[in-house]
Amino acid sequence: MKISHYITDRAAKTTVLICAASSILILVAIIIFIVLQGLPTFQKVSVFNFIFGMEWRPTNGQFGILPMIVGSIAVTFGALLLAIPLGIACAILLADVAPHRVRQILRPAVELLVGIPSVVYGLVGLVLLVPAVRQLGGNGFSILTASLVLMAMVLPTIISISDDALRAVPRAYKEGALALGATRWQTISRVLLPSARSGIVASIVLGMGRAVGETMAMIMVIGNSIAFPKSPLDPARTLTGNIAVEINYASGTHENALFATGIILLLFIIILNSITITVLKKGIHKYAEHLS
Amino acid sequence: MAPGKIIRRLTMVVCLAATIISPVILSGCTRGSASVIIAGSTSVQPFAEVLAEQYMILNPGITIDVQGGGSAAGIMAAQSGTADIGMSSRALNADEAKLWYVEIAKDGLAVIIHPDNPITNLTLEQVRDIYSGQTTNWESVGGKKAGIHVFTREDGSGTRAAFESLVMAKTEIMARAMVQDSNGAVRQLVADDSNAIGFISLGLVDKTVKAVELNGVIASREHVLDGSYKLTRPFLFLAAKEPTGLVKEFIDFTLSAAGKKILDTEGLVTTGITP
Repeated sequence: MKISHYITDRAAKTTVLICAASSILILVAIIIFIVLQGLPTFQKVSVFNFIFGMEWRPTNGQFGILPMIVGSIAVTFGALLLAIPLGIACAILLADVAPHRVRQILRPAVELLVGIPSVVYGLVGLVLLVPAVRQLGGNGFSILTASLVLMAMVLPTIISISDDALRAVPRAYKEGALALGATRWQTISRVLLPSARSGIVASIVLGMGRAVGETMAMIMVIGNSIAFPKSPLDPARTLTGNIAVEINYASGTHENALFATGIILLLFIIILNSITITVLKKGIHKYAEHLS
Repeated sequence: MAPGKIIRRLTMVVCLAATIISPVILSGCTRGSASVIIAGSTSVQPFAEVLAEQYMILNPGITIDVQGGGSAAGIMAAQSGTADIGMSSRALNADEAKLWYVEIAKDGLAVIIHPDNPITNLTLEQVRDIYSGQTTNWESVGGKKAGIHVFTREDGSGTRAAFESLVMAKTEIMARAMVQDSNGAVRQLVADDSNAIGFISLGLVDKTVKAVELNGVIASREHVLDGSYKLTRPFLFLAAKEPTGLVKEFIDFTLSAAGKKILDTEGLVTTGITP
């Protein structure tokens, strides 16, 4: 090995190490900051009452965020319920059904959707969906409206990753199934989809991550009310929305409580990420099994 | 996970963290040596900021630092001297009235509805019942048969605090009310929904919404000034003792015709020349 190669090698290694170390430091700093700012809340209210409390009246000393936790979960699962069938159907179309030329147009179009800023999704939701949902009853600002907007936002993630997973299935599987006399649909449903399962699940979990973190578009269409939502047509508030709506003028314990909301949100996302990692690992094992 | 993926992910985290942290660092740097510190009510804050901005243009080299914190914090800061000027958006109680203070303007709160809504007048009790959730249909207050869509401001907002103390008395704004985080957003959503009701600063009422009469009194600058319109609150500047020097000069500027004109254009009601 030439000496110059050795130097570039070492330089690259060190650079990567410094980058990695500093990014982890920043992450740790953010977590410490949020936790330090949020912890004083729990001198005024117990962790249990904070998480399971039904009343959020921070200037009145009541700090219960259960309605927001439920709001976040409701919009996330509402969005996934709508986006999963649509997204997988679209991925199948892209990966297996559509002719090459259609795919060449559709795939970039789907990827373009990821780049649209969330405030634009929110605006479209506010102008088009809110009046439409109002026709169903309620005032239009609701979990349903928010789920619909969120569905549009997570669809591109689900479609593009599921499409990749479906296309990664070895060609021999499909050819084998067809050669055995399976119909096209049988091939898709019993061979392609099960083989690509881990990739599809990963796409869903990644979509879920985006859904939980979405803030701006949600504030615009969900109504932000602090009541416990009882139906999909009720307004609600998400955890992210709680922080964004109230941080402007919050001070003292109120401000701490918003940071504490951030702690809960962080825990939420850590749990989701561990699920993603487990699912991805499983996928790798499964792939290894296929090879052996 | 492939190493490439790890690096990609780490780079993403670095970028994200940098975006989050850099404004914090930058804003920390801009806090130089301030000559006058103003702190208190978040309702008065935006107006004080405009005044400070204009004053700093007219008097280069002087820094006026405006901070929030709420009326209570403003009164305390003036008392203790941590701020040169405290801001309050409520009248002082007997104890606090020992401080030196001056009313820089009055702020009116307008209860707004959609222009197509046939209602023109509501009593204070009717507004309270709508916001507490006792009244849920426009029919019960003389309107058409339709559910009332109630919009309010977020907890911690000065406008909400004023509405609560002037209208709600001891009752609470119902949890089902929809929350928006600015006067502008409330106005926009009320303008978009024929069954909506909201409240905003009087100065921000425009043609897209209708301000209701309260107990038969039209919400107008004149009625705020003569005291017949009930939803008003004073905006106060206060200090530990009679101000001198730079602080006095800034307060004089606020109370001058130029200062009043700024406050009037920003939507407040002063005794100055009507715009």
